Amino acid sequence: MKILVAVKRVIDYNVKIRVKPDNSDVDLTNVKMAMNPFCEIAMEEAVRLKERGVGTEVVAVSIGPKAAQEQLRTALALGADRAIHVETDERIESLAVAKLLTKVVEEEQPSLVIVGKQAIDTDNNQTGQMLAALTGLSQGTFASEVIIEGGKAKVTREVDGGLQAIELSLPAIVTTDLRLNEPRYAKLPDIMKAKKKPLDTKTPADLGIEVASNITLLKVESPAERQGGVKVGSVDELIDKLKNEAKVIS
Amino acid sequence: MSILVLAEHHDGVLTGATAHAVAAAKQIGADIDILVAGENVAAVAESAARLDSVNKVRVADNTAYAHQLAEPLSMLICELAGDYSHVLAVASTTGKNIMPRVAALKDVSQISEIIAVESADTFKRPIYAGNAIATVQSADALKVITVRPTGFDAVGEGGSAAITEIDFVADNTQSSFIKEELAQSDRPELSAAKVVVSGGRGMGNGENFKLLNGIADKLGAAIGASRAAVDAGFVPNDMQVGQTGKIVAPDLYIAVGISGAIQHLAGMKDSKVIVAINKDEEAPIFQIADYGLVADLFEALPDLEQKL
Repeated sequence: MKILVAVKRVIDYNVKIRVKPDNSDVDLTNVKMAMNPFCEIAMEEAVRLKERGVGTEVVAVSIGPKAAQEQLRTALALGADRAIHVETDERIESLAVAKLLTKVVEEEQPSLVIVGKQAIDTDNNQTGQMLAALTGLSQGTFASEVIIEGGKAKVTREVDGGLQAIELSLPAIVTTDLRLNEPRYAKLPDIMKAKKKPLDTKTPADLGIEVASNITLLKVESPAERQGGVKVGSVDELIDKLKNEAKVIS
Repeated sequence: MSILVLAEHHDGVLTGATAHAVAAAKQIGADIDILVAGENVAAVAESAARLDSVNKVRVADNTAYAHQLAEPLSMLICELAGDYSHVLAVASTTGKNIMPRVAALKDVSQISEIIAVESADTFKRPIYAGNAIATVQSADALKVITVRPTGFDAVGEGGSAAITEIDFVADNTQSSFIKEELAQSDRPELSAAKVVVSGGRGMGNGENFKLLNGIADKLGAAIGASRAAVDAGFVPNDMQVGQTGKIVAPDLYIAVGISGAIQHLAGMKDSKVIVAINKDEEAPIFQIADYGLVADLFEALPDLEQKL
C-alpha cells in the first residue's frame, strides 16, 4: 500500500512572530523555519504503517519555495522513500494546494493520503478536506487513531464532545490531530542517507494548475494587547476583588 | 444576496454556538436561512426558528445526515448553495470538517474562523495562533465561512421563522459511522460556559484535577485544561483549551497551575476576567491575568473552595 504524506514548511513553533511595520504580513525574514508539527505527526504515522508492514512505500510531497526541500529532506530522514517538491514562490491558498495535491494523487495513486489537520501559520484547517472533495475520496479528519484492515480505514476522530469512530473506504484522506502519535527525531545516519534519496521537482505549471487565489490579504495586525492586572495577596482578597470589583461572582 | 447558516446540534438540541453564527450572518446583512440537517431533528428546527433575525429554517431530516458525516452534509449544502451568496457554519469540529469540502466542491476558497465582519466580502481572522489578525477579502461569488463563536455576541430569541422541508437525500457510500464516545458531564459545555476553571501541568496528575471540582460546582463552571496537562495524560483531549483545542471566552477564566504558553493563551485570552493561580511568580500567565495569586495551588484551591 502506497502512502502519500504532504508536509509544509512553516515558522518554527517556538518563534515569537512579528508583524511587518507596514502591516502587509508577518515578517519571516531570518526566522527559523521547520516542518509544521501536524505534518510531523502525519509523517510519523506513515512510517509506522510501513514498519508494521501495512504500507509499502511512503512518498512525501511539499508545495512551496526552494527552501521547502529542507523539510522534504527531513521527511526522507524520518523514513519517506522518495519526495516530490512542487516549487513556487507564490503565497498559495488551501484550495490551490488541494488542486496541486489532487494532481499528485492522480499520478501516484496512493491508497492512503495523510496530511496535518492545520498548519500553524495560517491556521486554516482546510487542505485535507478540500483534497478529499476534489479527488472524490472519503475523509477522516482530526485523527487520533488509524487502523487499516480489510481494505478499509477505521479512523477515530477527536471531536468537540469526545471521540467519534468512522469507517472509510480506501483510498482515503486522513488528517492528523495531536494525539495520533509522538513523532520521532531523525537520526544522524538517516539524515546522511536522506541526502541520496530521490527528490523530484515540478512546478504548478507542470501539473497544469493555476495557483492564483480569489482571496486578497488586505492587512495583518498585531492583536490588541491584554494588559496585566494586579497581584492579590490571598484567597480572601481574590474573592473580594471578583465579587466587588470585577463583579463576576456573587 | 442571502445567507445560509448550518445549525450545530447534538442529541436533538440546538447548541448555543449557532446563535453566534447567526449574529455573524446578521452583520453581513442579508436574509438568513438556517439549515438543520440530521436525523429526528424536529425539535432542533423549532429552536432554530425561534432565533432572532432568521427568515426561514430548512430541514433535511434523514438517516443519511445522522452523525453529521462530512460527505453527505457537504453534498446537501452544495445542492442548496445556488440560492445563497454566503454559507456559514460554526468553527467547531463539525463545521471545520464539512465546510472546506463544500468550498472545494464549489471551486471557491473557504475563510476559516472569522472573528469580525468588515463588509459582505471582507473579514478578520486570527492567524499564527492568534498572534496576528489578518483582514481578508474574498472575490468568490459564493463565500464559504466558518465563524469563531467568541467573536460575535449571540442573537436572542423571539423569532418565529417558517420551517420548510428538504427532500434531497445524499447518497454516501464512502464513509460510515461506527460509534461515538462522548464525555458525560453535568457541567456546562466548555465553549459555552460563563465560568471556566482550567488546570495545567502544575496540577501534577489527573487525580489532582478533582481539586477543581468543588470550585467548579460552586461557580457553575466548566473544567478545562492546558495542552501540557492533556499531553501529560492527566485528562482527555476534549478538555483542552488552546490553539489546537477549544477557544473559550467566558466571563471568568481561572487558570490554575498553567504557565501560559502562547498556544494556551490563544484559546482563552478573550475571556472577560482572567485569574491566574501559580506558584511561579514569573509565569507568563500573570502578564495577561487581571488578578494573579502567587500561591501553592494545593493550599489555595481548598481554601478557595471553602470560602466561595
